Amino acid sequence: MNEHTDGLAVNVNGLSRSFRGKVALDHVDLHIPRGSIFGLVGLNGAGKTTLIRHLIGSFRSQTGTVRVLGMDPVVDCVNVLKRVGYLTEEDSLPTWMRVGELIDFARGVYQDWDDVYATKLLDLFGLSRTDRLRSLSKGLRARAGLLVAIAHRPELLILDEPSSGLDPLARHDILEAIIRAVSDEGRTVLFSSHLLDEVDRVCDTLALMRVGRIIETISVDAMHEQYHEITCRSDSTAAPEVSGVFGWRGEGHEWTGVVDSAQTDSNKLELPSSVTLISQHSITLERWFAAKAGHERDNQNIERSNVPTEVADVR
Amino acid sequence: MQIHISNDGPPIYQQIVDQVRFRIVSGVLHCGDELPTIRGLAEHLRVNPNTIARAYRELEHEGLVEKRRTTGTFVAESVQQRTAAQRRQMMGPHLDKLLILSRQLGFDTEELIALLRKHDQRFPPLDGPS
Repeated sequence: MNEHTDGLAVNVNGLSRSFRGKVALDHVDLHIPRGSIFGLVGLNGAGKTTLIRHLIGSFRSQTGTVRVLGMDPVVDCVNVLKRVGYLTEEDSLPTWMRVGELIDFARGVYQDWDDVYATKLLDLFGLSRTDRLRSLSKGLRARAGLLVAIAHRPELLILDEPSSGLDPLARHDILEAIIRAVSDEGRTVLFSSHLLDEVDRVCDTLALMRVGRIIETISVDAMHEQYHEITCRSDSTAAPEVSGVFGWRGEGHEWTGVVDSAQTDSNKLELPSSVTLISQHSITLERWFAAKAGHERDNQNIERSNVPTEVADVR
Repeated sequence: MQIHISNDGPPIYQQIVDQVRFRIVSGVLHCGDELPTIRGLAEHLRVNPNTIARAYRELEHEGLVEKRRTTGTFVAESVQQRTAAQRRQMMGPHLDKLLILSRQLGFDTEELIALLRKHDQRFPPLDGPS
């Protein structure tokens, strides 16, 4: 089995996919090492769910290769799915079932089903076998979905926006299950989310998707070391232009920007004389995300806002 | 350990280091006390286990905690001798901040010291070990 030699739980290379001529995935490479908690972030429509659907065998790759736990999830669908746990944001559980029936069904599907663990989770989540899924709250139904996704102790747990729209306590249970899955003998978790503070806490590595491409894969530690935020005061009211600094945000004379220390020496920023540095501080994942995911739009805004200032300069 | 993680502060491992260090240096945790396991604290705080491991490594590097093979992580026995220098070091950034602010507001150092003395009278006298 080469799955143990390559050390990757997920290995996607050059994956492209179009729907009716519209590009959904564009040469995506995704390498998720075993034992990591990997975060997939991006705006709505960036392609996260399409990518994840390729991993569980719902979509066949048009070009490129997809390997999950060393296997092709389309060809080897059964073998992949029995070792993967999957939870999506959609309420996809059969709502006419009772919790107990759902558990019995899952036990039949997954040969590694752990009855003791399932009972423990049932108790922990405050669920009862006689509860009808239809009559449960959204948070409890998500917990039932989570139980079914993890009680066979999958080698790879895939969570597609598991916590969107859930109450804080339900999110708490989901995050705790993620941590426990990984500290248990190095299982792997792929976690897509819009809740960036959760990604920041839980993930060790993250990939940022934008319009069908993965534009950056970076460890969370490296992100915090490579990037930081500066606050500046500018004589003009347009966003300053400083090499190695992007994602300007602000109004009037005060602006904040994101410094990429791989592009510029952050201790020797080449600030134009019209710009004064007020402070430098560490960056939040949310700020980094906004600067990266909205990069192109920012540039357009700068071009537009430059027009009136040029006119003003002519005087 | 009830560690508070803020989403808008310094890196998470740093927040953990700061709060554990504070507990050790201020005497809330004593020599030989056992810290939570990496796994236990990760689950409790819902934080990546690597982040906890990194924080513990940093504390170990500072000499505040020691790993004992197979049993866990404990507050180091030798903390007491190290703390004088360490406590001074911890004051550093706060003193710098105070100095920068007072200069910006036009106080010289003597005036700042006088202000400190005045404010100090509002607190009960310090009677612990110095």
